[in-house]
Amino acid sequence: MSFFDEPNLHRAREIVARYPRAKSAILPLAHLAQDQHGWLPPDAIEQIAELTGCTTADVLGTCSFYTMFKRRPCGKLVVSVCTNVTCLVVGGPEVLEHLEARYSTEPDVTIEEVECLAACGGAPALQVNYEFHERVSPASSEEIVEEYKSGARRARTVSGAPVG
Amino acid sequence: MADIAETRIVTRRLHDRPDDSWTVDGALASGAYEVLRAVLAKGDRADVQEQVKLSGLRGRGGAGFPTAQKWSFLPADSFPRYLVVNADEGEPSTFKDRMLLERDPHQLVEGIVIASYAVQCNVAFVYIRGEFALGHERLTRAIDDARARGFLGRNVLGSGFDCDIVVHRGAGAYICGEETALLESLEGERGMPRIRPPFPAIEGLYAKPTVVNNVETLSTVPHIMHMGGEAYAKLGVNRSTGTRIFSVSGHVNRPGNYEVELGMSFRDLLYGLAGGVRDDRRIKFFIPGGASSQWLTGADEHLDAPLDMDFVQQTFGVMLGSGAVMVFDETVDPVLVAWRLAKFFAHESCGKCTPCREGTGWVEKVLYRMSHGLGRPDDLDLLVSVGGNISPGVTNAPFVQTTICPLGPSSVSCIASINKYFRDEVLERLRTDAGVHA
Repeated sequence: MSFFDEPNLHRAREIVARYPRAKSAILPLAHLAQDQHGWLPPDAIEQIAELTGCTTADVLGTCSFYTMFKRRPCGKLVVSVCTNVTCLVVGGPEVLEHLEARYSTEPDVTIEEVECLAACGGAPALQVNYEFHERVSPASSEEIVEEYKSGARRARTVSGAPVG
Repeated sequence: MADIAETRIVTRRLHDRPDDSWTVDGALASGAYEVLRAVLAKGDRADVQEQVKLSGLRGRGGAGFPTAQKWSFLPADSFPRYLVVNADEGEPSTFKDRMLLERDPHQLVEGIVIASYAVQCNVAFVYIRGEFALGHERLTRAIDDARARGFLGRNVLGSGFDCDIVVHRGAGAYICGEETALLESLEGERGMPRIRPPFPAIEGLYAKPTVVNNVETLSTVPHIMHMGGEAYAKLGVNRSTGTRIFSVSGHVNRPGNYEVELGMSFRDLLYGLAGGVRDDRRIKFFIPGGASSQWLTGADEHLDAPLDMDFVQQTFGVMLGSGAVMVFDETVDPVLVAWRLAKFFAHESCGKCTPCREGTGWVEKVLYRMSHGLGRPDDLDLLVSVGGNISPGVTNAPFVQTTICPLGPSSVSCIASINKYFRDEVLERLRTDAGVHA
């Protein structure tokens, strides 16, 4: 049973072929798996191992190092709120606190605290599925999330790939 | 302050063409790939190396190592060799490379092809930070468009030179901005730094000779070839030649990226360009080169210091690093800022070296209680002691590196800074919090 669907399996083989060594494809294939599935399940890890000629332990060992890979189910929307120092002194933690409380009972929205997003010129900043939103407040950040939920804004995949 | 202005070289196109600077049509309409065409027509690899050497260009990623020298370390006659572009911008408060990736990817592609030509490399890899979704989209589009127009791929512009670029996304790990950790990550491993030697120039990606250059560094190369190395070196000051993009953030009225000639003072950058501090408050302290740097204060001698990599290092023990300046006004608690930085380094420590893996966690815990009203009277000295176990030299820099990479020493910069500038204030507060009266 293939984890990747037919078009993605084709893409996966193309990705592996880009590199002098197949193991290099682990990160891009894990992103691809999340684009398809919304998180990185064990059967994806098994197929990535197969495609790259590695063991599942190798693939899991690599993937578990990186925060963007979600090895448990997460929301369709991942909201990453920066609280590093520039955001810290202009209201980032207040945005995080508000969103965590507001969405604590909605499994489709995952709120996470992240390190500097390289958007300090527009602090406080957050990303929704890796789309940047700058100069946010508790109220405006909730509005943004609601717009994604209603479809007024089109979200990227949970790994940040454009959709459609 | 009327005549304080930016010197826009690397940021010119993105300011001139705000609506289409990242598209192939917008880039071509503003001169993209003309320098590449001229370089390939001339056909003199050694001249590219020579011009970059004459320019005095130093890496814009943080370490400031001379670019031409880095290229010269590649052993002759060892192929294949790789150019790896470090686009894993993650140093807190740095946001210049993201701007260059999102708003002028063709400039970077042109720089990559010219540099690849100079060092005889046929495949370049761009390691782009995983969170940069838009930057990734625009860069891959730029590469496809450049390939379709003959600026990339087999036989670039009929010169006989083959060059292609593979874009590789990271997945959320600050340490992968360190060049050997980046190479590990690109090989599909956990992003843990390698012991040097061997240096990447000898054994880098796939154990082949490898040059790792930053986005801004390579984006500058076409301009050096256009102006000539000597003309570029006339800009700037001393061994800090040319321009650099400074990311200014925090309590300034106009935060943002400013490209200035090196040698400008912090005061002109922060007040002249970034508009001064909100509500006319005073600067309590600022971090001049990203989170890894030691701090400076609002004192005149600090504000009047020039943006000169060697001067600030030798005079104040701080670095211009990644070109990020974070400004904090007098309402800010320096211990809280130190705690948040410590939390960052504890989170991002890869775990390979014991002093950093264990030490950053202890530092974070002590700074947490100090910044949350739970401090003990001797906590500052405890911090200095723990910090000294990660990187001896906390109270008298330069630090000694006990770890494979500089993340460990970087994590104690905040300890050195609060101890140096705010010791009395911190001790007084610790006594008050603990209910001890002198």
